[in-house]
This record gives sequence, C-alpha cells and structure tokens, in this order.
Amino acid sequence: MSDSTATVMFCGVGGQGALLAADVLARCAASCGHDVKLSEIHGMAQRGGAVSTVVRMGDNVASMVADLGRVDFLVAFETTEALRNKAYLRPGGTMVVNDESIKPLPVLTGRMAMPARPRKRLADEGAWVIPAQSLALQAGSAKAVNVVLLGALSTRLSYPEETWRRTISQRVPKRFERVNQAAFEAGRAWALRLAGQEA
Amino acid sequence: MELISGNEAIARGAWEAGATIGAAYPGTPSTEAMEAFAQLPGVYAEWCPNEKVAVEVGLGASAAGRRVLCTMKHVGVNVAADPLFTAAYTGVGGGMVVLAADDPGMHSSQNEQDSRYYAAAARIPMLDPADSSEALAFTKEAFALSERFDTPVFIRSTVRVSHTKCLVETGERIEHEPRAYEKNQPKWVMMPLYAKDRRLDLDDRIADLTAFADSCDLNTVEEKGTAVGIICAGATYQHVVEAAPDASVLKLGMSWPLPARRIRAFAENVERLYVVEEASSYLSDAVRALGVKVGDTPYPLAPYGELSPAAIAAALRGESPACDCSSTGLPPRPPALCPGCPHRLVFRELARMKAIVTGDIGCYTLGALAPLSAMDTCVDMGASISMAHGFEIGLEGREHRPVVAVIGDSTFAHSGITSLLNTVYNCGAGTVCILDNRTTAMTGHQGNPVNGVTLQHRPSRELDVPALVSALGVDDVRTVDPMDMKAVRAALRETTSSECLSVIVFESPCVLLEKHRNAPCEVKGNCRACGSCSLIGCPAISCDPETRVAAIDPALCVGCSQCAQVCPYGCIVSTGGTDVR
Repeated sequence: MSDSTATVMFCGVGGQGALLAADVLARCAASCGHDVKLSEIHGMAQRGGAVSTVVRMGDNVASMVADLGRVDFLVAFETTEALRNKAYLRPGGTMVVNDESIKPLPVLTGRMAMPARPRKRLADEGAWVIPAQSLALQAGSAKAVNVVLLGALSTRLSYPEETWRRTISQRVPKRFERVNQAAFEAGRAWALRLAGQEA
Repeated sequence: MELISGNEAIARGAWEAGATIGAAYPGTPSTEAMEAFAQLPGVYAEWCPNEKVAVEVGLGASAAGRRVLCTMKHVGVNVAADPLFTAAYTGVGGGMVVLAADDPGMHSSQNEQDSRYYAAAARIPMLDPADSSEALAFTKEAFALSERFDTPVFIRSTVRVSHTKCLVETGERIEHEPRAYEKNQPKWVMMPLYAKDRRLDLDDRIADLTAFADSCDLNTVEEKGTAVGIICAGATYQHVVEAAPDASVLKLGMSWPLPARRIRAFAENVERLYVVEEASSYLSDAVRALGVKVGDTPYPLAPYGELSPAAIAAALRGESPACDCSSTGLPPRPPALCPGCPHRLVFRELARMKAIVTGDIGCYTLGALAPLSAMDTCVDMGASISMAHGFEIGLEGREHRPVVAVIGDSTFAHSGITSLLNTVYNCGAGTVCILDNRTTAMTGHQGNPVNGVTLQHRPSRELDVPALVSALGVDDVRTVDPMDMKAVRAALRETTSSECLSVIVFESPCVLLEKHRNAPCEVKGNCRACGSCSLIGCPAISCDPETRVAAIDPALCVGCSQCAQVCPYGCIVSTGGTDVR
C-alpha cells in the first residue's frame, strides 16, 4: 500500500497559494486514475504562520499525513520553511524551493536572526532552488509562484503535461489562466534545463 | 468521483439523506460543513450565536418533523451539552445529526478534548468515519439511525477527516417527507414527571443500540493474522493499516455504544491486542471495562497530539518515535495580527499601561504573542468578561493594575452578553473592550448577529452593540475608532481610572474585508532606531539587526498609519502624499 504511494509536502507561509498548488496536483493525480488524499491545516496558521499541506497519491492511499523521512517531494515556498521541513524528505527525495526568504515576526522585531546562507545550505542538500518569484513575474503575476513550483515538480512526476495544463485551466479563474499556463511552462522549462545540465 | 473534504462529505451526506435544516456556530475544524450544506439546493441553513442555540434550533426543527444537521467543533459541544444531554431523553421527530469535530494536536483550539466521552456520557450514539467516503455514508446512515432509534446521533470527525480531501462517489438526494408534529408532552416536556419515564425508555434504547452495534456493518474486521490485533477508529485507522499491514484490525465505525460481543470475539482470536487512539484513552478504557486484556505497545504511544503511521509502527516495534531535531535554531513562524489589523493599537496601549488583560477566543488572541504580549488569560468563549469580574472581586481591597476584558464581536454575541449582564447585576467594575471588526474573522469571515450577515444571505439587521450594552445597564458606553491611537489611549485611560464599569466598543472592519488600500507608509531617513514601531508587531515592519533602524515592506504595508502614530519622532510617513493622521 505505502510502497506505491507517493507523498508530496507543500510548505510555506500562510497566504502563499500552497493550497491551490496541492489542489491542482491532487486533481491531476485523480485524472490519471490515482487514488489521492490531500490534507490541509486551517485556522490559526492562516495569519502569516507556517503552513503545510500534504498530498499523497497512488493505487490505494490510506494515511493522509507525512512522516519524517518519508516525503518523496518537498515543495517549499520559502527557504526558512524548507529548512524547517527538510527532515520530512526521504533520502533521495526531491526538494523544490522558491528562492525567497520571508522574515517571521521574531526576526522582524530583532529578537532572532534568519538562518545563514539558506540557499547554499539547501543547494548543498541537492535542492532545486528556483527563482520562482521572478519567473512568476515574467509570466505576468507574482502570485503565480505556486504554479511555477508545480511546473518544476511536474517534471519529476509521470502525469502527462496535457493533464496538468487541463487541471490548471479548470482550477484557476479564466482571467488568470494565461498567466498561470505561462508560469507552469516557466517552472517546467527551468527544471528541464537543470536536468539537462545535470545529465 | 469528486475530490471533497470530510466536512463537505458530511454536508453532502446530510443533503442526500433529505436534511432540509442546518444550524451551527463556526469553529475550526467544523466550519466548512455548514458552509457547504448551506450551498446545496433546497435547504435552509443559519449561523446561530452559539452552539447551544444551534442545537436547540435543530431540536425544534426536528420536533417539527424535519431532518436536521447541526455542526460544531469539540469545544462547541461543551456549550451545546445542556440541550444535548436532554435531547437524548426527548429523542427526535425528524432525524437529527450533530457533528462534533475534534482537534487532536490542537491546531486551532484551546484544548484537546475527545467528544466520544460526550457520546458515552449523554448516551447519544456516535459514528466515527475514517475518510470522506465514510463521512458521507455514515452521515446518511446517522439520519436513518436517528429516526429508527428516536435519538440524536453524533458524527465525530477529527481535523484529519474534516480537512482531508478524498475521492468520493456521491449519490442522489432522497427527499424526506417531514413527519407530522403532534403534541406529545411525555416525549417533549422533560419535567421530572415525564423525564423519569423517558429515563427508562433511554435504557431500552441503549440496549437496542448495543445490539445494533454488534450486528451492523459500521464496525468491520480485517483479518490478517492471529499474532497482533488492533482496535481503532476514525482517521487513526488509516495510519494503522499502513503501520501494521500484517495485523488484524477491528475498525470501529461506531464509537458509542461499542460492539461488546465483537470486541470480545476479536480479542479471543489474536495473541496480542492493542488499542490505538489519539490524545485519549477513551477506547482502551472502554475495551478494558469489557474485561478484555489490552496490551501496552512495546514503546508507549504518546497520550497527546496526533498519531502517524511511523509513530504507530515505532511503538509496535518498541522504539521511540523519530524526532526532528534539525529545525532547532530556526526562528519560529507564529501567526500574527495582519498588517492594518484594527486590534493592534488596543493591545499596544494595554501593554503600555500594564493592564491585567483577560482575553478571549478569536484572531485577537494573537495579541497575547510577542512583541505585544498583552494578554493574561484566554480560556473559553466569553470568559474574558466573566474572568475580569472575577479578577476585580479577587483583587478587591488590594492595590492592583487595571483589569481589562478584551472580546471580539462574534464572541460577545456567542457568550459575552450574559457575562456582561452578570457584571452589571453584581455591581462589578473594570473595563470591557469589545473589538468589533464586523466579522467572525478567525474561522474565515462568517456572518454573525453583530454584522447582520446571514449564512444564506437572507436580509437581516445589524446589532446595535452600544444600545444593547446600555440596555444591560452599563452607564459608561463609548464607541471609539481603534485606528486612532490617541482616541484609544484616552478612552482606556479614562475608563480604567474610573470606579464604575465601562464598555468601549472599538469599531473598525477587519482589514481583510477592506478592498481599499492606502498608499504604503515609509520610514524617513531620520529614523532614530528607538524600536517603538517594531513593538506593535506588524509583519510589514522590520528593524535592522545591527543599527535597529526601521524599514517598511511596501508589499505588505496597507498604509493604515498605526506605526506613524506610534513613532515618537514623526519619522514614518505615507508615500501617497496624504497626511497620515
């Protein structure tokens, strides 16, 4: 059961759009005949706190939560949250990180410091550190960071590109579709280029 | 197949069962159940001021013959317990189903209570779905059971059922013909004369339900081997089947009453029996009470918080669960009041005057966190006002700092009004701040009696809070703009130095409801690095770790000017060219 199940964890800061990304992934997986579970946490966490959402997909998914060291794909919307959650990634798993750091309140008020050199620490662990913010802006909206990250993630999953695109088109408002399709393409191209370099 | 959450599935199940009435008070993780129900065709649904009212509305509609859904979070069941315990005696007219949504791990709650104890204590049957498909099917079944056994029925969920989306096969709605209402005092008038008879009927019903529990297909056995058997329920079942694929499992879809015969039979067929459950010993105690020997896992399961497949697998292997030590040293990221939040300056002033602040449940509970740290207590809905009164009488005769209660608009309507009435009635003193941001913000901006927005957008009316407070007998009632620091300070100074009870209604809409944004503020070059602005805890303001000079993130700033008012040197200005206060 768990052997055939892939686990994706999205982590970030409340309001960054992780929920839509998780929703698109889950529906894409379901379109391809997979069983799927998407677990999210609401409430207090929404006011700028750390958030995480887990999508598990496979032939028959039982548990909806992610365990330490068992996540196949960690998609982080922010570097500190990537560092906070990287212990969830299994050895050999893929970490996709938006190259952006958002200071939490204890740092803003000067009581604590941000982690030093997060990008290098993450890259050293094999993470894909993506300039998702600027790719999203080029696609037409800074809010499309979530779909840029999905585009990168999509290169590591077996779902056809056409299914991804159709799901995005079904889940985003019509007037933002073009931006989101461009953002998906940008994230995908970035990851494919990286894979080309590594090969 | 549709991808829907447990909450949506419960709403859908109620709708398919022909429920036409819904009543609820929002509360994480239950809120979306009633929101989803309200959007289905052919139903009437309303937000009520609190859960007790919701259950009473529901019971009335049930007596009138309709099928009714009531939803609430676990602590809401405490509020609704009074009518629920007696509804177990009256029974129902049309089927009545009550969702109790638990929050093990306390993602969004003040405690970790287990609603299954309520089922046992009130003797109301409880179904315990493990995913969205079961949430839909069990809710439909619950309506049938409610009418068959003449009792309200609980659906219990946890955050991992309510907030997990799964693929669900939905069905058609079967219209439910309302039952006729006929006056029946022995059933509905629970005075001792009749209640004594209903008490005996209740025992008969429990006997029938227990027999049902042993024969129904809500409880299922998956036989794998005889070495290990595990009894579990709800979302925990999903973790167990991953953690122990070789164990036989008795999955309880009905967590009260328990199927005694099946539990004993299951126990007899396995060499070692474990009960796996989250943040509670309800089930293991109940199984032990049947005389069944329950084994301790080789390594104990944590008695609090959520479980996971790895935690259960480790306990069965005799190992401690994996610990994540890699995040030590990282700055935590607690939630914070939003930039432009109208609650901020009130807490900043309360912190400045070192008041004893009794807090309450809502976004504004975040005023307890650093750097505001302006809250002494937070216990339950409405407690701010009653605890402030308790502080006042407890500190009577001793020199003490001013006592100030802080409560939101929805919470005031929920449970604060009776508390304030008590303070008036008993000639109490102190200051009560009603932070009226025109919405039930924390749970996702639901309507409430104060703003007059109803769940299905039927016309209503706003509550005149100052007039209500005056009518309760409070002589000093003021309405103050919480975005105006000087007005906030003056009002708090005057009310806390007076001997009488004062109520300040701070009225300003939640910043997330405001479509209009002012131009962002900026810090001028002459910042003296005094740190005053960073003490208001705005996520848009940072101070340089070396120089302590302030900076404002224009992407986050909404131009509310709170920081400009706080800056003692006038160094923060609007970039829009307009004066900021």
